[in-house]
Parts: sequence; structure tokens; C-alpha cells
Amino acid sequence: MAPWNISEEKIPQTRLALFSYVSVIISVALLVGFWKLQVVQSGHFADLAERNRVRSIPIIAPRGPMLDREGRVLVDNYPSFSILLLRDDEKLLERSLPLIEQGLDISDDDLRDQLDAAKDEPKFQPVVIKPAASEADIAFVESHRADLPVLELMMVERRRYPYGEMLASAIGYVGEVSPQQLDQSAGRYRPGDLVGKAGLEKEYNDTLEGTDGMRRVVVNSVGKTVRTLDNVEAIPGKPIQLTIDYDLQTIAEADLGDREGAVVAMDARTGEILAMASRPTFNPNDFAIRIPADEWKKLNSDPDAPLLDRAIQAQLAPGSVFKVVMATAMLESKAIPASFTVFCPGHAEFYGRTFHCWQPNGHGEVDFHRAIVDSCDVYFYNVGKLLGIDQIDYYATGLGLGRRTGVDLPAEESGLMPSEEWVQRVFHHKWYAGETISVAIGQGAVTATPIQMARAIAAVASGGLLVQPHLLKGMNLSKTEHFPLSDATVEKVTQGMYGVVNEGGTGASLKLANIELCGKSGTAQLMSVETGSRLGKNNKNDGWFVGYAPRRNPEIVVAAVVQDTAEHGGTAAGPVVRDIVKGYYDKKTARSQQQASMQGPSPLGTGSRPLVATVGAKQQ
Amino acid sequence: MKEGPRIQDLDWTLLAIAGVICAIGVLEIYSATHTSAMAGMQTRQLIWIGIGLAGMFLVSRIDYHALLDQAPGLYLFGVAMLLIVLLVGHARSGAKRWLPLGGLMNLQVSELMKLIIIIVLARYLSEVRTDRLTFKDLVKVAALTVVPVALILVQPDLGTAMVLIPVALTGAFLAGIQWKHWLVGAVLVGLMVPIGWNMRHHLKPYQQQRIKTFLHPEENPRGAGYQILQSQIAVGSGGFWGKGFGKGSQNQLGFVPVRYSDFILAALAEEQGFIGVCVVLLLYLGLVLRLVDNAQKAKDRAGMYVVMGVTAILGFHVLVNASMVIGYMPVTGIPLPLMSYGGSATAFVFLALGLVMNVHMRRYVN
Repeated sequence: MAPWNISEEKIPQTRLALFSYVSVIISVALLVGFWKLQVVQSGHFADLAERNRVRSIPIIAPRGPMLDREGRVLVDNYPSFSILLLRDDEKLLERSLPLIEQGLDISDDDLRDQLDAAKDEPKFQPVVIKPAASEADIAFVESHRADLPVLELMMVERRRYPYGEMLASAIGYVGEVSPQQLDQSAGRYRPGDLVGKAGLEKEYNDTLEGTDGMRRVVVNSVGKTVRTLDNVEAIPGKPIQLTIDYDLQTIAEADLGDREGAVVAMDARTGEILAMASRPTFNPNDFAIRIPADEWKKLNSDPDAPLLDRAIQAQLAPGSVFKVVMATAMLESKAIPASFTVFCPGHAEFYGRTFHCWQPNGHGEVDFHRAIVDSCDVYFYNVGKLLGIDQIDYYATGLGLGRRTGVDLPAEESGLMPSEEWVQRVFHHKWYAGETISVAIGQGAVTATPIQMARAIAAVASGGLLVQPHLLKGMNLSKTEHFPLSDATVEKVTQGMYGVVNEGGTGASLKLANIELCGKSGTAQLMSVETGSRLGKNNKNDGWFVGYAPRRNPEIVVAAVVQDTAEHGGTAAGPVVRDIVKGYYDKKTARSQQQASMQGPSPLGTGSRPLVATVGAKQQ
Repeated sequence: MKEGPRIQDLDWTLLAIAGVICAIGVLEIYSATHTSAMAGMQTRQLIWIGIGLAGMFLVSRIDYHALLDQAPGLYLFGVAMLLIVLLVGHARSGAKRWLPLGGLMNLQVSELMKLIIIIVLARYLSEVRTDRLTFKDLVKVAALTVVPVALILVQPDLGTAMVLIPVALTGAFLAGIQWKHWLVGAVLVGLMVPIGWNMRHHLKPYQQQRIKTFLHPEENPRGAGYQILQSQIAVGSGGFWGKGFGKGSQNQLGFVPVRYSDFILAALAEEQGFIGVCVVLLLYLGLVLRLVDNAQKAKDRAGMYVVMGVTAILGFHVLVNASMVIGYMPVTGIPLPLMSYGGSATAFVFLALGLVMNVHMRRYVN
């Protein structure tokens, strides 16, 4: 029937049956293959599948803002994006690096350093490779979602210091957590986290920093987020209110200007720091992102030490301000009668050496009051000689010198109050009696920080109340001390400090109408007159002025020091003190006027009359 | 011919198995694509299945002897088509596999060639009068196969080219290939391997990549090895019971490559687990066993060779595809018959089953 002939013989059936057997064997072999993956290794592959689809993105808790005493914002945050590098897939990561480096303009070394720093962290934790991404960076990440699934964006509240250098040395700055902190944090920090590194940012880091959250999202094969699995919200850090008064701070900063030095203004009754400034300083905004290594090095090795908070860390010879301590010691110890007088010819000789008075022509016959008002060196040389170093040490230490004030800032320095015991311990020799003469006018081995001097002078004027200086409003003041001084002593010493400003003393130019500004100037020589002229410099003075008001039981005390100046303390630092004290009273007056007009029976009427009386009463 | 075959003479068991496999495939295509931009694919697949079924009935109506009559013509037609594809066929997926037809439909000529080679080899081998294949016959079988294989290979479509070889090997085995010829063949292949290895630079870059990827899948996770790895992750993470219909993350989030087609078994393995894979593989085993049964009951050698040619191709497809999904074989682009989405592939399988029905219906007719 067909044009071709089909063989009639049947093929042996065993050949066909063989196909059935082979099919069964192959089926079993395939099932074994599936069994291996789906049963034996299913856990491993389930892990891989989970890692494919789930991506963990940290939600960084914003740091708490800092407010001044009236609730004005001194430090806050602004939103920005960080670029994260996911590290789950090492090979993919390695392959992606060149494109990332090119697209985000990061050097290969830099990127590898950052990966290296995080190599001991769990792989699911991403690394921040670019904080504060620019719009171009964000666009790059968005447009490369498919081919660079290792990149992810994270919204971060970044630190902002709206006033830049203002209060910078007290506020401090934030920076990336150090490897040591990472080790000690027991998992609390991840590499790249920002923590307080200095100042209040460091001191109150635990309060300011919140708890980071975590968002787990499902992503598809091109890295697009499909849905959110769970969202552990970040708990923002708590705000802190400072004792700082923005208005007074502004005055302090402006008055100090570009001069090297420091200012501390403090409520003499409570220790609340109203203003605090240090020069030269830095801009903490520079640290808020990631400070380049060379800039950091520059700041750290700058001979002007911009990172030093001079208000609490500069240990300087207090100069003549120390005479207040001497005068207090003299009266309190009763070793010398209050009627003690000295004839000042402009110099005096002790232990075979001539000591000069700052007034080369001498002050003539000088009593206790004029000694303070005119800051006679010869008078206090004699007081020092009669008291001896250990008596001086006792009263100086009692007034808080040579030890930390306990201010709520990290790295406060203690200054130095020398004593026989100290010389023995440190230098292993006996105290040279001649040293006492130098110490008596705040030179020699004695050093103090501006905050110590502010507290000591306030303590004298308030009868021995040593407040605990602090920046956090409403903090527990456990370190307040009392070093009781007799009323007679306080009266005489404060009369002297009143005279300094109001009776033609070294601070005569600072006199304020209606305000009992009192104080003491100091001009500490950094080198002898001979050395100075040899170097062609004679401006190596630290000019101090510590002022307060009113005369007894002061409300405000301000210590200012201007370093490296040709001027004397009264003229270099005095005006800073005067302006802040004036600013304080101006605000106070304005406040009571406002209160009076609000509480008065008639807003337009005679409500201002009791106000005048109030101000007048304050001045007595 | 005394009496024409009737519709109830179809192999309903075979059709039922094929139908269940198709149904599972359509469901899995739906699961793999319903949330994506490709939603609605299952409907198109159903249409293809319908067209395939119609084709199957059509093919079963024409006596396979008549088809075998036309074998030389069909062969020449097939080879000519392959040549035309090579010359004028437009590039698609980087390979000149598709021929524009009627402006609407693209027929994959290679799929057609699979049917033709089954018919041609059945025709040739059924004329061999003994239970032993002579060397001369063997060379002829080889030559008939090599021509289309070579033409498909240069398209290039390694996968489809490879699929033709089992038809020839199965035919030769059934016809009674001699041990010494097995040996000669084995030696020849043994010699080809090093030559082929040295020739590997003449492979297309994507083919080189596929082989490299198969040998070292973890080396390049986002490249070609990514496909095998993601497939393995899908299969492995499915576990024993599976993640449930529409709940496979590898499948739903698009980590499994072409999850509706070549890797549909991975998608199924993820969502239905080892249990689901068992069901599917046992269905395919049932299909193959049923085909062998049909071959055994064929009226003559010609029918037997036709059925076994179909069996060889379908079995080979399942073996290679399933092996690929679990990473035992490289990615070759061979779909899983009846399950993978694809018009011409599905149509081919039904036409091939039409040939089997054809033989089945005529087993008692004399």
C-alpha cells in the first residue's frame, strides 16, 4: 500500500521496556536531587531566600535639641539623606564598588577603609558610606536601583548649630563613634553612628541621643521596596534646657571678638551659667557630617588650640584677682590686723630679691582698702610673707582654687594651688619662701581657670557660698559648698572690690549707673619684663577682670580673661564684664516693667511707678 | 482502509495526564505573573492549549503512514525553512529562530523540525528489515540528523539542536545498534570533547557564559549564575510542603528568572514544595510510561518509531529542564513541556501527541 516497505517484524519488546525502566530511574534520580535541596538543605536556602527579600534599614533617632533658659533653640536638627552600602552579598558588593566610587565620587581607599572598619559587624548591618548626600548622589542611587541593589538611602536627622561658633566650646560637637566606644557599647552603637564627642553633646549624650529604630522591608529582584514588614520607630532624644541666656551669650561673644580668651557669666546664687565663651573656637557644624581627616588634624594641632574650652580648661596665673583671696585670708586668719598698712615705694625686697609693684612710682602709704582698690603689689607681698604659703593654700582651696568646680562639662581642669606638701610631693624639695611672695599677687605656681575665679569671687562676696556651676537647667546641685566667712571680712573685702570700680580703682572705667558693679582686675605677666624685651614683645599679659553685682550677696558674677594682650585687665577684660552685667540688669528691668504693666490695675496708668521703686531697692 | 478511526479511540489516559499537567502549568503561570505587568498570561496559555488540542485532533485524523509517505518532502521543506530562517529570519532574543508568518504569528521553525525529524527517522528506520542496524544505516541516520542539528546550532540554539539527538539515539537503539558501533560512537564523542573544548571560543559569548556559569555558578551572582542560584534558592526554600500558592517570595518578587517559562518548575517547587514536585514528576513519568505503552502496542515499526521519537523528545525536555532547575545542568533554554508558557512549544507538544494519538487509534486497524 505504501510506496515504501515497513518491516513486518516486531522490535524485541525488551528494548522498549528498557525505556520504562530508565524513565523510572531518571525520575527517582531527579526526585533525589529535589530532596537534597528541599529537605536536606532547605534551611540554608530558606535563609538565602529571606536575605534576598528582606532588607533592614536603620531609622536613626534624632538627637534632642538644646534650648536656652528661655526656651530659644541653640542646637537642633535638619533632615538629610545618608547613603548606605548593604554588605550581605560580598561578591556582588565587590563587583559594584567601581561604579559606586565613580557615581558617588568616593575614593577606593576611603570606601575600603569604611568597609574594613565594619568588617566585624554582622553582615546584615549596612555601612554609611556617604552622610549628607547631595541631590546628585540621591539621584544616582535612585536611578541605579536595579544594577546597584547594594545601595540604599536612609533619612537622617542631622545636627545643626544655627549660631555656628556661638557657645561652641561649651556645646561641643558630635562625631562618629570611635572604635573603642564601639567595643564598649555592647552593640548599642554601629559604625558610623554619631555620638557626642565633646562639651554638652558628650556630657548629656545619653539624654540627647534617642533609640534608633529599624525598618524591615520586602524588596523585589530589582531592589524596589514592595512593602514594609515591620517598623520599629525610633525614639527621639530628649531636649535639654540650658541655663544659658542667649542675650547675654551674644554680648559675651561679641565683646570677646577675635581676642584670645574666655568669659564665664554665672548666677552667683545658684551657679547657673548664663554665658560662656572661649576664643579661638570652632564651628561645630563642621563636625556634624564627617570631618575630613586633614581638617581634624589642623584643628587639633593648631597652636591656638581652638578645641580648648578656655573657660574651664585654661589654667592661667590669676594675677591680681588673687589678691581678693589674699585679702580674705588675711582678715579671716586674723594673723594680720585689719589696720595693717604698708608704705609702697614701687618695689620691695624679700629674701635678697627685689619685687616690683606694677606702679613703678609706688602707692605711698597703703591701707587694706586702698591695697585692693589700687591693687598694690607691695602690700600683698607683705601679707603673703606674713601669712605663709600654707595659710594662703588653706583659704584659696577653701574658696575652690586648685580643684574642679564640678561644672557639668567633660574635661574640666583643676588649676593649681601650690603648698609645701605639693612641692614636697612633686619636686621633692622644700618650699622656697620667695615663691610665696610671687603667689601673693597671683603669679608663680598658682593657676586657675576662669570658672574657678568667678566662683571664688562670688563666694567671697556671698559670705562663703561656693555654688556648683552648671549648664543644665534644674540639675541636682549636690556639690554646692559652704566655706563660712565672717561678716566683717566680707564687708571689708567687698568694699574694696566696690572701690575698684566706683572709687577710681583699676576698674574705674567700668562704672555703671544704678548698678553696684564690683570686681577685681588682674594682669598676669606671662614672662618677665626682661625676657619680653629680649623677644621684642611686651604684650605678653593675661588680662583678667572678675566682676559681680550687687556688692553683697551678688546675683551675677562674670569672669573674663583676655590672653596675650598689651592692655591691663581692667581695660582688656573689664568692659566684657561690664557689658554682660549691664545686659543682665537691662533684661531684669525690662522683665519687671512687663510684669508691672501686665499686673497693674491700668495698663496705661501709673503702673510704672512701683517699678522704679523696685529697681531702686535692688541697687541698695 | 476499511473503517476510519473514531473519536473514542483516542488515548484518553494519555490526554488526561497531559491535561492535568497543563492545568498545573496554567495555575503556576497565573501565580507567577498575576501581580506583575505580565498578568493575564495564563489566558494566552489556555488559548495556546486550545489551539494545540485542535492541532492534535487534526494530526490524529491523517493516517501516519500518509505522513510518513511525505517524509522526504517534509525533510527538504524543514531544511529549506531552517536555511530561510538563517538568511532572512529576524533576530529575536539574539537568535534567528523565528520566522515571520502571516504577520501575526511567529512559528518557531525549530519546533517544526522536531516533528519532521521524528517522522523522517521513523520512516527511514521502519524500512530496516532486521533487528540489527548496519554501519551504513547508522551513518545514514546520523547524517539525516546532523544536517538540521547543524543548522539549528548556527542560529544559534544549542538547546533545540540537542533535543534532536535523543530522537536519533533512541531510534538507533531500538533498531538494534551494535555494540561495536556504540564503541565507535563513544570514541568519536570522546575525541570530540577536547576538540569541542578547544573550539569553545567559537561559541557565542552567551553560550560560553552559560557553560562557565554552570561550572562555577556562585562566581557571578548577578550574572548568568544568578539564574541558577536563584532557582536553587527558590526550590530549596520551598521545603517539603512549600510556601503555598502565590506565596513564594522568590517567585512573587521576581528573583526566579523567567519563572513562568523555563523556570516554572522552580516556581512550583517553591510554592508547592517537594510534595508538589513529586506530583509533577510522577505525572511526567506516567506520561512517558503511557507513551512507551503506546509504542509497544503500535501496529507496526513505523508507528512504534513515531511514538518513541515523541517519547525521546518529551523525556529529554523534562530531564534537562528539571536538572537545570536544581542546578545539575546548565541553562539551555529548554522549556518544561506542557507547563512552561510558550505558544510554539505548547503547540509542538500537542502536535507530537497528535502523532501518538494517530498511532494509538490505528493500532487495531488493518
